[in-house]
Amino acid sequence: MYYIDLAVTGISFGCMYAMMSVGLTLVYGLLRILHVAHAAVFALGAYMTVLVANASGSIAIGFLAAIIVTPLFGMAIYRLLYEPLLKYRPDVPMIASVGLLVLMQDAFRIVFGEQGVTFHRNAFSFTTFNFAGITVSAVQIAIVVTAAMVFAGLHLFTTRTRIGIGWRATVSRPQIAASFGIDPIKVRYLNFAIGSALAAIAGGQVALLNNLVDPGIGFVVSYKALAIIVLGGLGSVRGTLVASLVLGLVEAYGTIFIGAWLDRDAIAFLALILLLMVRPQGFTGARVA
Amino acid sequence: MSAYEISILSIVGINVILAVSLNMISGFCGQVSLGHGAFFGAGAYAAALAMVSTASVLFALLAALIAGSLLGIVVGFASLRVRSDFLAITTIGVNFLFIGFVRKQAWLGGEMGISGIPATGLGASGNMFMILLFAGATIAFSVYVSRSWMGFAFRAVGEDEGAAATLGINAGAYKVAAFGIGTALAGLAGGLYTFFTQFITADAFDFIFSVMLMAMVVIGGIGSTSGVVFASIGLTLLPEAIRFVNDYRLLVFGGLLVLVIRLAPGGLAAMVRNLVIRVRGT
Repeated sequence: MYYIDLAVTGISFGCMYAMMSVGLTLVYGLLRILHVAHAAVFALGAYMTVLVANASGSIAIGFLAAIIVTPLFGMAIYRLLYEPLLKYRPDVPMIASVGLLVLMQDAFRIVFGEQGVTFHRNAFSFTTFNFAGITVSAVQIAIVVTAAMVFAGLHLFTTRTRIGIGWRATVSRPQIAASFGIDPIKVRYLNFAIGSALAAIAGGQVALLNNLVDPGIGFVVSYKALAIIVLGGLGSVRGTLVASLVLGLVEAYGTIFIGAWLDRDAIAFLALILLLMVRPQGFTGARVA
Repeated sequence: MSAYEISILSIVGINVILAVSLNMISGFCGQVSLGHGAFFGAGAYAAALAMVSTASVLFALLAALIAGSLLGIVVGFASLRVRSDFLAITTIGVNFLFIGFVRKQAWLGGEMGISGIPATGLGASGNMFMILLFAGATIAFSVYVSRSWMGFAFRAVGEDEGAAATLGINAGAYKVAAFGIGTALAGLAGGLYTFFTQFITADAFDFIFSVMLMAMVVIGGIGSTSGVVFASIGLTLLPEAIRFVNDYRLLVFGGLLVLVIRLAPGGLAAMVRNLVIRVRGT
């Protein structure tokens, strides 16, 4: 039973990683920028969810507010920080992005305090269900269901709607897509908006899971997300999904097998470095370097 | 000199060595490393173990130098396989792995770190002079390398590996060399840090510290030894001089990093250069 409990933990973490990472991989696919500050968007989503939920008394309104505000923030990052830096080497916008993350993290600490914020009323955190001896919390179910819905929706959006198809066209052949009348700049904003909204949902769910948002919330997750998108073969949403679930499970089981000599949070990077050394082009064969 | 001034000058010296050595890797050779803290830490831990077992300063410094450069050469080989921003991620990974590994090792003191490291016997001001001496030597070495054939080859590799290869420059060998030299100096700084504090924990070498070092390099002007030296001295003293900055250190460092890259990607060095050109031009 213990092993199945670990699987439940692993899958729910994997779904959370997937929602966090998909925004990163989309940005990389379109602009070739490693959007490290995505973690700041994630943290902003978590804070918004908790603060608005506390002010309004409804967790749903908290999520709604986060989903509305974070895309604006994500698009502002693109407009003010990345767009002017696109002409430089890819590590230049990346370092700027790291700077922004450090700055935002400290800003969260200063504004909302070292201790972080908690939900006043959060029934979900403590609600658990028991299926034949396996304990599953309500938040874990919510995370898995939302992730499934989000990815199904994203799939329909990118295959069935004109905007979605235009988006995919721009990612794979920007110039040809532009010659068909798709505005590449609008696609970029769309990209940041959707990626940021997904990160905000993931952030809010982590807040529910831990019943706490502290300034460091986005930090470790963000670097894991970097590892995930490389493992998933950069720019590939499907690869990112698989890598997220695998990492969630490996971490859950890894803590018992190698937890004695390596921190749980370092496992993702061990996997990443091993993979890069063996296959610098990633799992799926897309060139990394 | 008061004890406070001695400790500040010691930290300035250590940060100068770290920033200048990072500049040799990322500035001269163009290999962005966001895990310099790991090499610094490797040196510090090696020196701590050496001091605890032998209490020999020379042996500890050698151990620090070797530990830093061994880890650095391994990462240097990684730089042959992954490039640019992916190398940066790999080095972030190395930093997290280093911390994650050290925290779980009983023989490295685990979460508690290593305390009670024997003193060097030079006293606080003696330590400070040793640190400043090494800092001066590091600066001189950096200026020498930048003017040598090796510095030329580093810059060629940093600008365009393919073009460098057509000139007969073995890009891979120079990248590994840049990592080996830069990280050996970072290891040395780690050894000096161990002498200075006589107590180390993994947290001192975390990723945030690596970002602060990168901030010093970028703000000073990536590739310019003098710019980096000024920036590392200034950014180390700034939190001490202004109380506000000390409370909001990361806010200020992160903000400066974003502003400098956004408004003046060449850093302080390029700003001074442009100013000189403008003054001479008129």
